[in-house]
Amino acid sequence: MDSNLVIEVRDVRKSFKTVQAVRGIDLKIAPGQFVALLGPNGAGKTTLVEMIEGIQQPDSGDIFIMGKTWKGNEDYLRRIIGLSLQETHFIDKLNVWETLRLFASFFSIGKERCEEVIRLIALEEKRKAWVVNLSGGQRQRLALGISLLNKPKILLLDEPTTGLDPNARREIWAILRKLKDESQTSLILTTHYMEEAEQLCDYIVIIDQGQILKEGTITALLGEIRDLPVKPVETRKITLDDLFINLTGRHLHE
Amino acid sequence: MNERISNSQLFQLIMANIKELIREPGVLFWGIIFPILMSLGLGVAFTKKKDVVATIAVVTQTHANAQPGDTISVLQHFLQVNKAVTEKEANGTISGKLTIPDDKLGSTTFIFRPMSWQQAMVLIKRGNLNLIVDEQNGVVQYHFDPMNPDAQLTYLKLTRLFNTTGPVVKETNTEIKPLTVSGTRYIDFLVPGLIAMGVMMSCMWGVSYAIIERRSKKLLRRMVATPMKRSNFLIALITVRVLMNFIEAALLFLVAYLAFHITIQGNIAALLAIFIAGNFAFAGIAIFISSHTAKTEIGNGLINALSMPMMVLSGVFFSYHNFPAWSIPTIQKFPLTMMADGIRSVFIEGAGFSEVAMPIIILSAIGVVFFSAGMKIFRWH
Repeated sequence: MDSNLVIEVRDVRKSFKTVQAVRGIDLKIAPGQFVALLGPNGAGKTTLVEMIEGIQQPDSGDIFIMGKTWKGNEDYLRRIIGLSLQETHFIDKLNVWETLRLFASFFSIGKERCEEVIRLIALEEKRKAWVVNLSGGQRQRLALGISLLNKPKILLLDEPTTGLDPNARREIWAILRKLKDESQTSLILTTHYMEEAEQLCDYIVIIDQGQILKEGTITALLGEIRDLPVKPVETRKITLDDLFINLTGRHLHE
Repeated sequence: MNERISNSQLFQLIMANIKELIREPGVLFWGIIFPILMSLGLGVAFTKKKDVVATIAVVTQTHANAQPGDTISVLQHFLQVNKAVTEKEANGTISGKLTIPDDKLGSTTFIFRPMSWQQAMVLIKRGNLNLIVDEQNGVVQYHFDPMNPDAQLTYLKLTRLFNTTGPVVKETNTEIKPLTVSGTRYIDFLVPGLIAMGVMMSCMWGVSYAIIERRSKKLLRRMVATPMKRSNFLIALITVRVLMNFIEAALLFLVAYLAFHITIQGNIAALLAIFIAGNFAFAGIAIFISSHTAKTEIGNGLINALSMPMMVLSGVFFSYHNFPAWSIPTIQKFPLTMMADGIRSVFIEGAGFSEVAMPIIILSAIGVVFFSAGMKIFRWH
C-alpha cells in the first residue's frame, strides 16, 4: 500500500447475481488529483464508486482510503469523504439554509461554514426557498454544497450534472474548478459526458463492462488517437469519444 | 394484431402501464391480491352471520334509588312464558336466550343476563351490553344512551317482542331512562378508541411511510454517508411522532371535554403509561414494516394490511363483542385492541395502574421485539 495515495483500489471485483459489474479494477489516486471515471451507462462506474464509498462490499480485492479500509474506520472515513449522488431528493419542505444546517450538524459543523458554502454554491438568494421549489440545477448545487460542508479530503460525485441544462452544468463545473484551485481535495467523478471529464479532470479512466479500457492524462489519451485505425474527421476537434469508438465500436453516450 | 392499433400512441401507453404494473410483483400483490384475500377472509368470517345478537342486562339487585322489595318478576315471567333457553354462565347466574327468527332480515337473538346494576354499568361502558332492563314497582325501565343507534334498535326490537308475544310486559308499564351519565354514552366509548387509533395511524404513516419515502428518494443513503448516528435518525422521527400524538390526543380530549363533558375517571399516570406503551408498540411495528422496502406502493400496502383489520376489528367505533365469539380472543391480542381497551378502562371505568399493567407490559414488549427485529434487517440504502 502506497502511503502517498488518497485512494488505492486493488483488483476489485463485484457481481450482482449473474451480472459482473466490476471485473478486476486497479486505481490509484493522489492528493489533489481530479479523476474522471468515464463510460457509458452500465459500465460499472457507480458500483465502483459505491465500493469506494463503503456502501457495497467488493467480492474480492482491496480498497484503501487514506491507507485505511472501511472495516473499523467507518466514522473517520465518513468525516473525510464528501458525496453527491446522481439524484438525491432532500426534504421538500426544508429551505436551503435549513438543509445545509441539518447536514452540517452531522459533522458538528457550525453556521460559519454553512455561510461559506451557501456563497460558494451561489444560493444566498434562495436561502429561504423550500427545496421543492428549487430548479434541477439549484438542487444539484445544493447537493454539491452539502458534499463540501466538511471540507472533504475526497469528493465522490456520481454523475453530478446528468439531466442538467448546459448553463446549470457550467455552474457546477465552476464550483469544482474553484475547489481544485483552492484545496487539496481529490475528486472522483463518474460521468458519461466526455466534455465534463475533459473540462474538469487531469486523469481519465475509461471504463466499459466493468473493466478499465484506457487510463491516462487527457493529453496522453488524445495523443493516442493519432495512432488509431479509425481517424476522426480532420476538420473537427478530437475528443475522448473518438478513442472510445476505437476501443469499443460504440459512442460513449450510447 | 391490427398494425394501426398496435402503432397507436394510446395503445402503446396502455400496454406500457399494464406491463409496468404486472412486472412489479409487490404492487400486484398489495393492489390486487391482498384486497381479494381480505374480502375472502372477512367475507368467510362474517357474512354468514345474519343473526343479530343483542345482550340485555336484567338488573337483579336494584340500584341505590330502588325501593325495597323490587323484583324482576314480570321479566322472569315473560321468559318463562316464552320458553327462553336457559344457560348457566361462568359466574353461576342463569341467562335466558330467546331467538326471533326472521328469514328476510336475519334472526335476532336476545340474551337476557341477570346482573347487578354495578356490573351492568361496567359492561355497558365497555360496549358489551346493548341495553339495561330494570323493573321498579312493576314498571319495566329501559336504560340506554338515546344517542347510540345500536341501543335504540335493540330497544325497538325488544319492545316489539314484548308487544307481540303476549300481555306479560304491557307497553303502559314501561319507560325509557336515558343513560347520560359520564362513561355510559357512545361518545365515552368512542373517544378512547379514537385516541388509540390516532396513535396507530400516526405511527404507521408518520414513521413507516416517511422512512420508505426517504429510502426511495435516496435521502437515507445520503444521510448515512455522513457521520450521522443512525439511531439519532430513528429517535428523532419517533420522538416527533410521539409528541404529535400527544398533542393530537390532548386536543381530542379537550374538545370532547368541552363539547360532551367527557372526564377521565381513572389514574392519569396510568393513562399516560398506556399511551406511551402504545406509541412504543406502534413505533416498533412501524420500524419493522419499513425496514426493507424502497417502494412506496409496497409501503402503502403493508401499512394498510396491518392497520385496516385492526381499525375494523379492534373496537374503535363499536364493541368487538359484536364479532363471533371465536374471533374475540384473537382480536383482544391486537395491539390496537389492547391500547383502546386500556385507555377506555382508565377513561370510563376508573382503572388504575394495576388494571392496565398487563397491556402496558405487552405493548412495551411488542415495541421492543418489533424494533429490534426491524433494526436487524433495516436497509439504509
